[in-house]
Amino acid sequence: MLNVENVSKTYQVGAFGGKKLQAVSEVSFDVQDGEVVSLIGESGSGKSTIGRMILGLITETAGTITMDGVDISTLRQERLKDYYRHVQGVFQDPFSTYNPIFKADRVFKIIKDEFFPEVKGAEWKSMVSRSLRSVGLNPDQCLDKFPHQLSGGQLQRLLIARALLLDIKLLVADEIISMLDASTRIDVLNLLADLKSRGLSILFITHDLSLGYYISDRAVILYQGRVVEKGSTEKIYSNPLHPYTRMLMASVPRLDKKWDEVEIKADVDLRDKYLATGGGCVYYGRCPWGDKDCTQGTPALIEMESDHYVACIRYAEGGSGGQAAPSGEAAASTAAG
Amino acid sequence: MSLQVEDLRVYYQTLAGEVQALDGVTFSIADGEIMGLAGESGCGKTTLGNSLIRLSARMRYIGGSAVLDGEELPIWDGERMNAFRFEKVSMIPQYAMSAMNPTRKIGRMTGELLESRKVSYHSILPELKRRLDLVELSHDVLNMYPIELSGGMKQRAVMVISTLLNPSLLIADEVTSALDVSTQKAVAEMLVEFRDREYVNSMIFITHDISILYQIADTILVMYAGKLAEKAPTEVIINSPRHPYTRLLISSLPTVGVKYAEEKLKGIPGHPPMLLDPPSGCRFRDRCPVAFDKCVEEPPFLEVEDNHFVACWREFEDA
Repeated sequence: MLNVENVSKTYQVGAFGGKKLQAVSEVSFDVQDGEVVSLIGESGSGKSTIGRMILGLITETAGTITMDGVDISTLRQERLKDYYRHVQGVFQDPFSTYNPIFKADRVFKIIKDEFFPEVKGAEWKSMVSRSLRSVGLNPDQCLDKFPHQLSGGQLQRLLIARALLLDIKLLVADEIISMLDASTRIDVLNLLADLKSRGLSILFITHDLSLGYYISDRAVILYQGRVVEKGSTEKIYSNPLHPYTRMLMASVPRLDKKWDEVEIKADVDLRDKYLATGGGCVYYGRCPWGDKDCTQGTPALIEMESDHYVACIRYAEGGSGGQAAPSGEAAASTAAG
Repeated sequence: MSLQVEDLRVYYQTLAGEVQALDGVTFSIADGEIMGLAGESGCGKTTLGNSLIRLSARMRYIGGSAVLDGEELPIWDGERMNAFRFEKVSMIPQYAMSAMNPTRKIGRMTGELLESRKVSYHSILPELKRRLDLVELSHDVLNMYPIELSGGMKQRAVMVISTLLNPSLLIADEVTSALDVSTQKAVAEMLVEFRDREYVNSMIFITHDISILYQIADTILVMYAGKLAEKAPTEVIINSPRHPYTRLLISSLPTVGVKYAEEKLKGIPGHPPMLLDPPSGCRFRDRCPVAFDKCVEEPPFLEVEDNHFVACWREFEDA
């Protein structure tokens, strides 16, 4: 349904825009109908930039994003509006999404004015109520209230309800629960899963591996704007291949395993100040396996098993599994489940 | 016992009235203990941390005491408290990234801090360098401005500076929350190392993330709506919690290996009470699945097993 093909984004930075910052490089993935795909990465990995490009908030520098076969950068006016009927986003901070001097339900009025000017008042009211109930909110409790009178979880659900008023097919959820408390975040996460089972596709952008695993069918792991590993969530988590993915898995604080039981040392800048500007692997600067071959050209994504791709030259030599995990490292991989 | 807190009460003054953010907490921390302090936003965990070092203008001391190494902390008196800060009690604040003076090089700022405690920068410089090595920071950072450092580096620099005088108690407030998972692990492990090397005697590690406490804390104290809910050794809190709030909180955490399709986690319905005019009795009553008549009275915080304290009437039934 949604197809992201070789997309890159370069920002002009510095005093006169003289420097270039490559935020996203040649990223490709797709989202099928009724599927949840997680974009997982740390700060600076370009995950939010990708979300914004899909929402048309910024334009891609190279590559194409297509929705049902239509290149979204060609959409204008009515057709762009149509696109937004099908694709909506919800963002990290629910508190700053609302204007504090207006009541929170103003977000629905904006949708009505823009997309449903012909709908009568009473009918609109029942549409809003239905949408609110479908996200588990009681309309009496959250309509006619100011944003500060509602909790973060309620505000976030209100935004999802707003998106559901349109005939949406894809929801871009950018870190939508990272600001919520533990006791309420899981409800919002379960809501996304419910929506998925009703046929909605979701692009779930997160830095939290455990959330990505909980909800998604497929995952894309990003490092400095590049895809380092992608494929079925199950396969990535049970058999992480890329050294970066392995390091992430080992660093995530878990409730069933102590850090001492995993061996990889986190955050070592092995080759300080190495920048992959002249080509080469983006992870080389921190990679425990790196050698001089890694600086020669960007590693391509290799399919190691069905629906499991990795971008690391270690796996390229001698075909699949040829020179896989060097000895000792294998023990450090953390098998999920 | 390193720290003993007795019935401490600190309220916030607002236009609408007093917010009872910290309402009578009693607990103690042993020598060398890293106590994790967990709870949702607004439960009073940051207020508790702050009240042990500095009350902000809006915070009002109502009552209770805190005794550190046999000496009472004059919490209510900002002037007298100054003698304890940095030397006996120190803190790594929530936004360590912005905790440093942007107009001073880090070395000079540290020098000025030490001067205020009548300690010479030059006599402590060798030790300072040793500790920078320990957190894997180059000595060059002393000649840099804070803006030249990345978030994780600033965090580590603040850690070194705030523990330089070997305080007895270190309060670390959400120090890992804004960091990436890999940096988070490194910072958390360094704090444990600081304790092991006795740079600090005991530590209060405040966070909303219980899974990180499982990695580094010796004991965990869970707060709810300005009151203590439960305190026990880490393994006990994670594997056999007794307060209904702790149980629900821990069972709601997604962890790698749990999938929606296989195991649907549940949140806690409802939300915490407003602390402007909190309800009487147990404050978790409205959301509690096992609440009964007795819960209209306030439950005491009692030791039900060795080092396992809990504030729930259900746990006292058989006793």
